[in-house]
Amino acid sequence: MPLGPAGNPRGGGAGDGSVNGDPTLERIARGNGLALCAAGPWIARHAAILEEIVTDAEKLGGSRPNIFIDVSQVSRLDTFGAWLIERLRRSLTTRGGVEAQIAGLSANYSSLVNEVRRVKAVPPADSEPVTISGMLDGVGRSVAGIGATFVDLIDMLGAVLAAAGNVFIHPRSFRLTSTIHHLEQVCWRAVPIIVLITFLIGCIISQQGIFHFRQFGADIFVVDMLGVLVLREIGVLLVAIMVAGRSGSAYTAELGSMKMREEIDALRTMGFDPIEVLILPRMLALVLALPILAFLGAMAALYGGGLVAWLYGGVDPEAFLLRLRDAISINHFVVGLIKAPVMAAVIGIVACVEGLAVQGSAESLGQHTTSSVVKGIFFVIVMDGVFAIFFAAIGI
Amino acid sequence: MALAPQSDAIIRVRDITVQFGNTRILDGLNLDVKRGEILGFVGPSGAGKSVLTRTIIGLVPKVAGRIEVFGVDLDAADANQRRAVERRWGILFQQGALFSSLTVRQNIQFPVREYLDVSQQLLDEIMVAKLVMVGLRPEVADRYPSELSGGMVKRVALARALALDPELVFLDEPTSGLDPIGAGDFDDLVRTLQRTLGLTVFMVTHDLDSLYTACDRIAVLGNGKIVAAGSIADMKASQQPWLKQYFNGKRARAVVV
Repeated sequence: MPLGPAGNPRGGGAGDGSVNGDPTLERIARGNGLALCAAGPWIARHAAILEEIVTDAEKLGGSRPNIFIDVSQVSRLDTFGAWLIERLRRSLTTRGGVEAQIAGLSANYSSLVNEVRRVKAVPPADSEPVTISGMLDGVGRSVAGIGATFVDLIDMLGAVLAAAGNVFIHPRSFRLTSTIHHLEQVCWRAVPIIVLITFLIGCIISQQGIFHFRQFGADIFVVDMLGVLVLREIGVLLVAIMVAGRSGSAYTAELGSMKMREEIDALRTMGFDPIEVLILPRMLALVLALPILAFLGAMAALYGGGLVAWLYGGVDPEAFLLRLRDAISINHFVVGLIKAPVMAAVIGIVACVEGLAVQGSAESLGQHTTSSVVKGIFFVIVMDGVFAIFFAAIGI
Repeated sequence: MALAPQSDAIIRVRDITVQFGNTRILDGLNLDVKRGEILGFVGPSGAGKSVLTRTIIGLVPKVAGRIEVFGVDLDAADANQRRAVERRWGILFQQGALFSSLTVRQNIQFPVREYLDVSQQLLDEIMVAKLVMVGLRPEVADRYPSELSGGMVKRVALARALALDPELVFLDEPTSGLDPIGAGDFDDLVRTLQRTLGLTVFMVTHDLDSLYTACDRIAVLGNGKIVAAGSIADMKASQQPWLKQYFNGKRARAVVV
C-alpha cells in the first residue's frame, strides 16, 4: 500500500515500542479464489489508514467466487482492527453472496473478534433536519414559553409569600443564620464594587452635564440633573442591574447545582420545604440588601458628581449643597428607595425559578444562569417603567 | 522520543510523597504494576487510594518521588511524550465523570474524534462495539448521562475509558454503587476485557468479591505506604491487623462461603 505513515493529528507516534511499520492488506490470488492477507499492527493509532485499506478492499466483494481474509500475519490487534476485519468480512459476504471466512486467527485474538461480531445494526445519530415547519414550531414554543415564565414567576412569588406567612406564624422556623450569611454575601461584599461604579457614573453624569450646560451658561443646573437622576432613576436602576448580575446569577448557580446533585430532593425527603430553607433567606437578604446598596450607591454618585462639579465645573461644595437642597425634595429620594425592594424581589424570584429549573447537565446550569441574569435585568427595567408611569399618575 | 523498554512493570512508582498542607497522605510509597495484570488496590477509607491514582495520572502534585508509566518518567516528559502516554491509558473516575452536555455516543466518540482521523461511520461503529463490550444495548447511544442509571453510567464511563483501546486502565471503585449482580458482571467484564484486549488494570476497590474474582494481585495501602502486596492467599495469611480484619471479618466470610 503506497500510504504514508499514520497521519495522526496529535502526539505523533511517541513511545510505542511494539509498532513495526504500517498495517497492510495484501491481495494474493489462490486458484479461483483470493486471499486478503492482513499484516502489521491493526490498532487504533493506524485507524485512518486501516479504514482506507478496508474501504478499498470491500469493493472486491463478488469479484471472485471465493474470498477469505488471512489474519495470521497481524502483529497486534485491538477493537479497531478487529471491527474493521469484521466489517470487511460482512461486506464481502453481502456482495459475494457466500460467507467470507477469516483464517489464521490466533486463540488470543479470537475472543476479541467474537466480541465485535456481536455488533449489530448501528443506530444513526438523532439529528432532526432543519425545516420551515420546525422553525415555526420553535418560534411557537418560545412564545408559549413566555406565558409559562410568567406563571412560574407568580407561582414562585406565591410559594415564597406562603413560606413567609408560615415563618410569621412559627417564628422559630425562621433561618436567621442563613439570612445573615446571604446578607453578607449580597450586601456587605457588594459594597465596594457598587460604590466604585456608582461613584464613577456620578462623575460622568456631572462632567457631561457641565460640558453641555456650559454653552447656555447654566452650569449650576447640573446639580438639579444629578440629584434627580441619581436619586430617582439611575441610582437604583444601576444598582439593581449590578445586583442581578452579581447575586441573581449566584443564586441560580447555587440552587441549580444543588438541584443537579439531588440536594434539594434530599431536603424535601427530610421533611423540609426547600422554599423555606433555601429560598426565603435568600429573598429576604436580597430585599434588605438592595435598598441599602441603592442608598450607598446614590450617596457615592452624588459625591462623585459633586467632586467633578467642583474640580471641573468650578461649583464649590457649599454652592453644590445649597443648590441640591433646593433642587430635590425628599420625594425623589423616597421614590428611588421604594423601588429598590420590589426590584430585589423580582431579581430574587427570577433567580430562584431559574435555579430550580436546572436539569442534569452542566450546559443546562449555564443556560439557566444566563437566562436568570438576562430576565432579571429585563424585569428590573420593566418594573422601573411601571413605577415611572405610576408615580407620574399620582403626581409625585 | 523515549521508546518504552519492554520491562515487566508498566507503572513504576518510587518514593512518592504527597502532602496537603501539613497532612502527609502518601509517605515514600513504592509500587510496581506489571504488564497484563489486574492489580486490586485496597486500604481503609481515607488512606489515600484515590490520591495515589490521581497522583499517577498527574492530577495531584507530589512533593517528592518519581513516577514512570510505560517507561516514561512523567516529570521529565515533554508535552508530546506526555500526550502519547495519556493516549495509551484510560481512566474510569469514581463518579463516571461523563460529560453531562454530551450524549453517550458523543462521550465515547470524543477521545476518538480528537485523536484519530477517521470517518463518522467508523466512529459510530466503534462506539457501538464499545457499548456492546461493556454490556449495554446500542439504543442508549442518544441518551444524556442524566438519563442513565448508576450502573449504566459506570459502564458508559468504562466504554469511554476504553475508547482508544488503551493498554492501561485505571478504575476508581468501579463496582461501588452497583448491586451485587451488576458488580459481579462488571468484574467479569473487566476480566474478559483484560483477556481480549491484553489490558493492564489498576483497580481501586472496596469490593471483596472483586478482589477474589477479578484481581491477580492485591496491594494494600496503610500509613501512606504499601503495607502488603501479593496474591489473595498471601493477604489472607497476613498477620497485619487491618488486613486480618479486612479479609477475615464478617463480610469476608460471607464472600468465601
